Amino acid sequence: MNSTRNLPQMLLGQARDILLISLLALGAVCCLLLALGISPADIASTLATGAVGSWLKFNHVLTVWVPLLLCCCGLLFTFRAGLWNIGIEGQVILGAIGTTLLLRADSLGLPPSLLIGLALCAGFISGGLWGGFAGLLKNRGGVNEIFGGLGLNFVAQGFILWLILGPWKREGIASMSGTDLFARELWMYTPPGWRVAPASIVIAICAFLVTWYILSRTRFGLRVKAVGANPAAAPLYSIRPDRTGLAAMILGGGIAGIAGGLQVTCVYHRLLPPISSGYGYLALLVVMLANYKAGPVPIICLLFAALAAGSIQLPITLQLDSSLSGVIQGACVVAALLVYGWRKSRKGGA
Amino acid sequence: MLEIIEITKHFGPVQALKGVTLTARPGSIHGIVGENGAGKSTLMKIVTGYQSRTDGTIRLDGQDMAMASPREAAESGIGMLYQEPLDFPQLSVLDNFIAGADAFEPDVQKAVLASLQVGFGFHLDPRQKMQELTVGERQQLELLRLIRNGARILILDEPTTGISTRQKSQLFSALKKLREDGATILLVSHKIDEIEQLCDEVTVLRAGLTVAWQQQPFDRRKLLSAMFDTVPQQNDTAPKVATSVPGKSVLVFDEVHSSVGRSGMKGITITIGAGEIVGLAGVDGSGQSVFLKAAYGLLAPEQGNVTTLGRIPGPEYGSTKNEKVFLPSDRLSEALFPGLSIREHHLLAGETPQFLARNSGISQTQQAIATASIRGSVNTQVEDLSGGNQQRLLLSLIPPQTQLILMENPTRGLDVQSAAWTWRYLRERLHPEGAIVFASPELEEILSQATRVLAFYNGKILLDKKTSETSQEEISLAITGQLNRP
Repeated sequence: MNSTRNLPQMLLGQARDILLISLLALGAVCCLLLALGISPADIASTLATGAVGSWLKFNHVLTVWVPLLLCCCGLLFTFRAGLWNIGIEGQVILGAIGTTLLLRADSLGLPPSLLIGLALCAGFISGGLWGGFAGLLKNRGGVNEIFGGLGLNFVAQGFILWLILGPWKREGIASMSGTDLFARELWMYTPPGWRVAPASIVIAICAFLVTWYILSRTRFGLRVKAVGANPAAAPLYSIRPDRTGLAAMILGGGIAGIAGGLQVTCVYHRLLPPISSGYGYLALLVVMLANYKAGPVPIICLLFAALAAGSIQLPITLQLDSSLSGVIQGACVVAALLVYGWRKSRKGGA
Repeated sequence: MLEIIEITKHFGPVQALKGVTLTARPGSIHGIVGENGAGKSTLMKIVTGYQSRTDGTIRLDGQDMAMASPREAAESGIGMLYQEPLDFPQLSVLDNFIAGADAFEPDVQKAVLASLQVGFGFHLDPRQKMQELTVGERQQLELLRLIRNGARILILDEPTTGISTRQKSQLFSALKKLREDGATILLVSHKIDEIEQLCDEVTVLRAGLTVAWQQQPFDRRKLLSAMFDTVPQQNDTAPKVATSVPGKSVLVFDEVHSSVGRSGMKGITITIGAGEIVGLAGVDGSGQSVFLKAAYGLLAPEQGNVTTLGRIPGPEYGSTKNEKVFLPSDRLSEALFPGLSIREHHLLAGETPQFLARNSGISQTQQAIATASIRGSVNTQVEDLSGGNQQRLLLSLIPPQTQLILMENPTRGLDVQSAAWTWRYLRERLHPEGAIVFASPELEEILSQATRVLAFYNGKILLDKKTSETSQEEISLAITGQLNRP
């Protein structure tokens, strides 16, 4: 029967998809580059050396990978529940604010490592609340999560600016460059020669494993999937679609909040306006490229992070703008959507 | 004249059509029958250009046609009336009629619509929103649209599913009129009665092959034995459960009012006891669906009380010990989760622990697949199942402790054998202290399966009798409002 799929067939199908997507995306980008008179080979080697040319450079890739992977984990929950959590950027920002709030409270007299842990929890909670707020707007107010999330992103952006220029401003001077640096002991430990805190990598990997486990091996995960597939049928299975969706928003927002918290404790050591660095939006692309499945997410995150980090070299060696990495990422996603759409329409037609 | 010659169709390794041949003549109605999965839908999709054929010839008035696209089919005068009409729910009847016309001339189209309505005896209000119409009314408009577009060959896919008896007779007289006007009509159906009433000739498909062809008068036995390898037991009126003394009350409605739906509920008072199988008769949208949803607790009445199994009903969120189930008529969009497998449905419906193992639910699911003879495996996604197998899956999800089974159109779209199986399965599972309440547009089904009938008309119950004490005629009068409440 054609409806039953076995494992080797599935793997083969996926391998074919990946090949097709890469060919399409790379083909399109190569054509564009050739039309502009730029050698694709030069670009490739520049990007590669930029990303993995040295330990330091690879460290830079990892600093992008960690928050990107966390945002993707958050989005896996919400996409699975059939929700377009465009408000993820705001959830990252709120996570950063929640973490900063605790890190500034050094008067608590807690040991630094405990304080950092608590601060990340605060990031999880505040990101989760922000996601839950968008969920409540949807459940109670009938506001689509896309519009609610977009609105809350602007609110979050305004809130962080107000904090940085107002109550949390630097000693004597308010500056867009952010708050004062935290005390050294509140920086997450980064070994000499590293630019990324090993603990943050561990947190990201754990978050991914937990996300995968919850989504594929728990009743809750199955219910989230069911609600995403058909909210109308859910009550017949004793599932509340509104509450399940809200739970997914809270969990998703919480994990995005951890990404914001790590940006604060590991990367910038202060709160600054562009703290989310657009990782939330980039994560939307990653999850779409992964066809909303958990498995390929870490690898795609690594590729995207390498592109982002590698492209910093472009202006230096080739006098090209680094936004070329965005073009490549975008081409990949469009190619992927094309391939998935094509396959779906074939399946539907058969 | 439409000639379909030796059409074959492969989907990868699966051969859906192995050689179908039929000729439909102008001024005649040609029936196409066959059980679920015989290849009827695939054939229609090929003729209307939605799917390509692997091999074979389609000839229209002696000319070979490619039928490479729906547009080509439409331009050569082929019009398809789908089971579920394809229209724009938010637009008005007139706007829907105008859509697809050659030119934008609202006034002209309004007049065209009015004159067509007179010709066919339809009474659609051009200003009404499409979403407020019943399936039968939407179908009427779709039919008029096809005629306006100049369709000479009309293909109808199970056109009487989900429409009222009156709409059915209106449709039949419209089809007869079209036949007199020289149209070629292909009628896909599994209802032998309708085929006998309406068709001049009939072609039987089985497993992708043309296996029989007959002209009026038809030999019913031969038709049935061609459709199925064996002739199914007709009117499977097997033992109705003890009904003489209904047991303790399972479902009580006390002066219940609701304004939901086309006619809502207007003062419904009824008690259904253990051991009863109650059929809700009525024209589509007369209150039966609202009744079922209120009984399950999916909607709360505005006035009056509903007591289900001794409680005010509500979806029992979080509980896995449901004692009542509701099976809506539109299975895939209201009762199943597309993209989820049979196993995942069993995990969701059953008593599943919080944490799952790799093999959670597999053995129960395999057992259910065997008992309910579902054609699929543990990991088959539900949208890949045929309508009949989707219904089998839903039935297999009913937990054993269930006391109240509520259903809309339990055998919608099922062939005779699957329908008979469905009722056998349900009767076997009827809890000794439980009841089954189902709505069906087919009076025969109610008379043969139910122990008691409630006839709905405009939100009220006009007839409440044991099926052994009433007749098809009496129920027909009740559901068309021609019976005064006793």
